[in-house]
Amino acid sequence: MTAETVEGLPPLTGDDAATATTTAPQRGQSSGWVAKVLVLIIGIAWTIPTAGVFISSFRPEAEVATSGWWTVFTHPFDFTQYTLANYQRVLTSEDMFEAFVNSLIVTIPATVIPITLAAFAAYAFAWTRFRGRSFLFAVVVGLLVIPLQMSLVPLLRLYGDYDLTGTFVGVWLAHAGFGLPLAIYLLYNYISQLPKDIFESAYIDGATPFTTFTKLVIPLSYPALASFAIFQFLWVWNDLLVSLVFLGTNPDVAVVTVSLAQLVGSRGAAWHLLTAGAFVSMVIPLLVFITLQRFFVRGLLAGSVKG
Amino acid sequence: MPEAVEAKLETNRRPPLSIVRDLTVAVGVIVLIWLGLRVLRSETALDALGPFGGKLVQALIGIVLGVVGIWALFVVANSLVELLPARATTVIRPYVFVGPAVVVLSIFLLAPAVGTIIQSFTEVPEGEGPFYNYVQAFTDPALQIALRNNAIWLILAPAGALLIGLAFAGLVDRVKRESLAKSFIFIPLCISGAGVAVIWRFIYEWRPEGQPQIGILNAIVTSFGGEPVPWLQEIPTNTLALIVAFVWIQTGFAMVILSAAIKGVPVELMEAARIDGAGEFQTFLRIVLPSIRGSVITVFTVTAIAVLKVFDIVYVTTNGNFETDVIANRMFNEMFRFRNFGFATALAVILLVAVIPIMVVNVRNLRRQGIGA
Repeated sequence: MTAETVEGLPPLTGDDAATATTTAPQRGQSSGWVAKVLVLIIGIAWTIPTAGVFISSFRPEAEVATSGWWTVFTHPFDFTQYTLANYQRVLTSEDMFEAFVNSLIVTIPATVIPITLAAFAAYAFAWTRFRGRSFLFAVVVGLLVIPLQMSLVPLLRLYGDYDLTGTFVGVWLAHAGFGLPLAIYLLYNYISQLPKDIFESAYIDGATPFTTFTKLVIPLSYPALASFAIFQFLWVWNDLLVSLVFLGTNPDVAVVTVSLAQLVGSRGAAWHLLTAGAFVSMVIPLLVFITLQRFFVRGLLAGSVKG
Repeated sequence: MPEAVEAKLETNRRPPLSIVRDLTVAVGVIVLIWLGLRVLRSETALDALGPFGGKLVQALIGIVLGVVGIWALFVVANSLVELLPARATTVIRPYVFVGPAVVVLSIFLLAPAVGTIIQSFTEVPEGEGPFYNYVQAFTDPALQIALRNNAIWLILAPAGALLIGLAFAGLVDRVKRESLAKSFIFIPLCISGAGVAVIWRFIYEWRPEGQPQIGILNAIVTSFGGEPVPWLQEIPTNTLALIVAFVWIQTGFAMVILSAAIKGVPVELMEAARIDGAGEFQTFLRIVLPSIRGSVITVFTVTAIAVLKVFDIVYVTTNGNFETDVIANRMFNEMFRFRNFGFATALAVILLVAVIPIMVVNVRNLRRQGIGA
């Protein structure tokens, strides 16, 4: 996907209200109540699963185990039926607080490292000449199709030899490696479209390629960087497979998704804990979604070529 | 860039005095990163700070180390290259920029992928031929089930996400508060597979008849006088139940892409069809749908690839029990639980072979729309 198309997409969820008001009148002639009702039905159906977990996470253990979460709606404003005890419990005795912090330790560097590597590489691919340039670039793009499962067994052995299993550095590098082809591809498409003049005038003004990169390329590529950053951040935060294989289930290093999966295994019927645990694992992605909706959608579309 | 510009640029060099400083900084950065990694790996270094404080300090060290460290390495490498004679700097610098990415890609994707292909043929029991793992893969009854399930997923999940996403995208175009309505469909996309698994396990929760049903689906079934259904144990309902959870996630993706495409269909075209007497549904079927064909293919291929690699939903709900296994989950268990590496690599190769044709369709389609490299 080229930078312009990612950029040029109509503003999707973020600014839709504006577009909708300008185009909807011509489009929805016989719009009527049928469309409204259907949209409402699908919308409700799509919200119920999350709402059920959300409400249950605030109900006392005894209530969750004996009655459906929808029974709270008989007296929705009776606040004595809600409690924070489940959150307190999962965060302390079920190690979810530690897991939450571990997820941050994993996710932030595992987002910044591939972006940095990719931005330098994309810049060099786009604006410098060197031997093997087109060959290397073809290899990078070709690696987009490789499912990460192809790497697991050899890497697991390599990590065993170098004592990298269960270390944060190990999982940063693994996520960086798996995210790099997409990152280089997207950033190359964007950076290579930057106008040529700005580079030439920078050179003539005496900027080195390094300062050109940090002072010009990085600030100008901000939309592409943000889209990929959000895609990679959510991908890593939500990942279970890579964390399970390279970090494992030791509470010192386990991330929230692993911790949640462990909780399902050990306390599969304790719904008051599972629902709270699920929400602990979801809170960061939901915040990212609410605050950065526009970039989130773009990043997601951009990520659709990830193998 | 033009050679002349490059030459001009190299005259803008730092004074030689800075050589000592640059080298000192380089050594300092490397020592600091090494120390940071030692502290991060150590299990006892931060114990004095207590469990809570220790964790937060560890987080701070880890995040700063990962984020600043990678930049520091580039700055250091660049300053070292700039110490070289001007001509050498020009030749070598691109490799300093591209090199780290290429090295990481080689270690983490290229070499392992080649290794996986080789190992799938060489890691066989004594006296067996090179195709042993593949013969096993296609004759093992447990794997037959996994392959069959992947096929069922492949038929139902992309179609389901596509149809509901398309319907919603078409309908939402004509209601007020469009963006709000879309958000609700979209939210599941940002939830992890493990989270989705918990959410849907709760929906499918089963209690024996007579007990209060706390899962909403069985509550509905019993309120209509039916018997509670163990959705995740009963075959083949359970595989369908997992597919529904997957469709719940993926519909948002389909909806967003298709909605953007539908907005691109010229209004005049739709007006013309209406003037010619076509109804809303006819217009949609005859005018809108053909115009957004490319986006439909994108949604289909992307979802199909996600389906082939589906792991976490299955792992956290049933772990493949009750005949719900899929290839990616099987591969994880062969590798991680049974240490059956030869077989696991063969499964990875099968996954690759299944993904490639869909990827080819995807890339061709993106190209036809003028998108992609």
